[in-house]
Amino acid sequence: MSDALAQVFARTRSEGRAALIGYLPAGFPTAEQSVEIIRAMAEGGVDIVEVGLPYSDPLMDGPDIQSAVELALRGGTTTDTVLDVVRQVSESGITAVVMTYWNPIERYGVDRFAQRLLEAGGHGVITPDLTPEEAEPWITATASRGLDRIFLVAPSSSDSRIGQVAAVTSGFLYAASTMGVTGARTQVSSAAPELVRRAREQTDLPVCVGLGVSTGPQAAEVAGYADGVIVGSAFVRRILQAETPAEARDQVRALASELAGGVRAAQ
Amino acid sequence: MTLLDSPAGHFGPYGGRFVPEALTAALDELEAAFDAALVDPSFGLELTELERTYTGRPSPLTFARRFSAECGGARVYLKREDLNHTGSHKINNVLGQALLTRRMGKQRVIAETGAGQHGVATATAAALMGLECTVYMGEEDTRRQALNVARMRLLGAEVVPVTAGSRTLKDAINEAMRDWVTTVDRTHYVLGTVTGPAPFPRMVRHFHEVIGREARTQILEVEGRLPDAVVACVGGGSNAIGLFSAFLDDPEVLVRGYEAGGDGVETGRHASRFATGSPGVLHGTRTYVMQDEWGQTMPSHSISAGLDYPGVGPEHAWLHDTGRAVYEPVNDAEAMAAFELLCRTEGIIPAIETAHGLAGAMRLGRELGPDAVIIVNLSGRGDKDVSTAAEWFGLASAGADSSGGRT
Repeated sequence: MSDALAQVFARTRSEGRAALIGYLPAGFPTAEQSVEIIRAMAEGGVDIVEVGLPYSDPLMDGPDIQSAVELALRGGTTTDTVLDVVRQVSESGITAVVMTYWNPIERYGVDRFAQRLLEAGGHGVITPDLTPEEAEPWITATASRGLDRIFLVAPSSSDSRIGQVAAVTSGFLYAASTMGVTGARTQVSSAAPELVRRAREQTDLPVCVGLGVSTGPQAAEVAGYADGVIVGSAFVRRILQAETPAEARDQVRALASELAGGVRAAQ
Repeated sequence: MTLLDSPAGHFGPYGGRFVPEALTAALDELEAAFDAALVDPSFGLELTELERTYTGRPSPLTFARRFSAECGGARVYLKREDLNHTGSHKINNVLGQALLTRRMGKQRVIAETGAGQHGVATATAAALMGLECTVYMGEEDTRRQALNVARMRLLGAEVVPVTAGSRTLKDAINEAMRDWVTTVDRTHYVLGTVTGPAPFPRMVRHFHEVIGREARTQILEVEGRLPDAVVACVGGGSNAIGLFSAFLDDPEVLVRGYEAGGDGVETGRHASRFATGSPGVLHGTRTYVMQDEWGQTMPSHSISAGLDYPGVGPEHAWLHDTGRAVYEPVNDAEAMAAFELLCRTEGIIPAIETAHGLAGAMRLGRELGPDAVIIVNLSGRGDKDVSTAAEWFGLASAGADSSGGRT
């Protein structure tokens, strides 16, 4: 396990709160702006950033993230761009992981990707469409480099399946709060607390909840039972609606700060 | 060749499951329901009865006498899947999956469709079995296959035009997956070809094996021997695997698949996965994918909506690598020439997808010579393609007929 993620969760636990995790696709709206926006996220209070690797067929993503990654790809974003964004934000002292569909890693070369990510200062990878059954080369490549492997569980996962997924996961376990795709929702799914409770019976890993969280009160609610709160589409939507790069950064910083207040307000 | 060394759900290094965890439980449930159905005689009996009384099976094997003359004199037989109810092979798979949907207690089916044949078949089975039905179709395809959109709506299905990405079959699959992950507790995704996460490739193949079983019996009756070659067009590859399956263990039978060459492989505007693609992961399975150096899916192109897909079923990838099957591109112009030829020599209007297989048979027949026996899977009829063909051949105007008349 990477020390960096462990340290973040040790710190947030000692502060009696959940971690705040923010997602942004690299190259959205441009490579340079995505670095600046991630820095604004961190200034607002995000503890860990997920740097998204834009992919042509994002079948787990809703309309906001689809638009963002299409824009990033049209702008020429590649896997090397993503690694460079990771390098720049890591140099700013931000704890970064990559979130990506599997094919770009396989195409880049599993070992090569893990090595370059390590060199860029990244700490792990979230792989939403990689199942433990298909993950053997990935487990080898990451374990030998101390990179964290973050797999997902869902409300439909059986207890034994959660155990199976957790057994190959390190860093934290990503609990998808709802059966569905990414996107802000007016209510966080009622399935989430139950999923987190079941996950805790199977693993001592930190359990973080994503999908559908977009406001301070929602973050507070999730922080009441999870070790981390993951927010993606809500950031992306603010950037899509912003008129200027400066406004995008301000909006992101403001949302991060609202969410950071939320994870500290949890009961 | 053998698949015995492949782990479950795999074909050599291909296949497997690359899906969001939310779908794992549903895929496990589907696999269990399918495996239980395979050993339940009542399932097989019900499906066979539907095939006989509803689909109209067995489909005939037609000797194409005049068309054969254009194929180097080889004797070409057409496996007439175009005569199935709904006009293509797609109904074979859909009836099987609809019965499984009922066994799993689900009330709703969704499907993706390119040419619209799979969407029509799914809408048909949904009507027959009283299931709700939503079909995702790329917006570009809803335009080039407007007739099939109307057919689906007449059958009571909701048709959702997909405006994301390239607005074709690939994007329709993405959207169907997004629906499925959200509604999986009451919805079954009737995937229309032999790709996607396990168990789809194995299951869809099973429901199409009837094509090969019948063809084998029929050719032995009329020719007293096995064919020299079996031929089919390959988009995802379900009609092809259905025909091929009965002959894979007969090494003397050549197995040929024809993928869409579009404007020509050299132009980059095509759907020739084997000619230009490389192993990768798309839509839940590892297979040959048209992708750039970063693993981004490349847009495909074909005059035929049903072949316009940048991936291919994982079993075809394995058949390709092992050399048991050979895959070649057929470009738009060559396919349309075969389309026209079959219309005029046999009185059969094939689907443009199917015309790629016919063009392949012409090529192969000339190579094998007059003693050869070739079976082509006539996977679908071409009513849906009449406007595309009329435009291609410049027949759309209402004026006097100035074309050359009968050959």
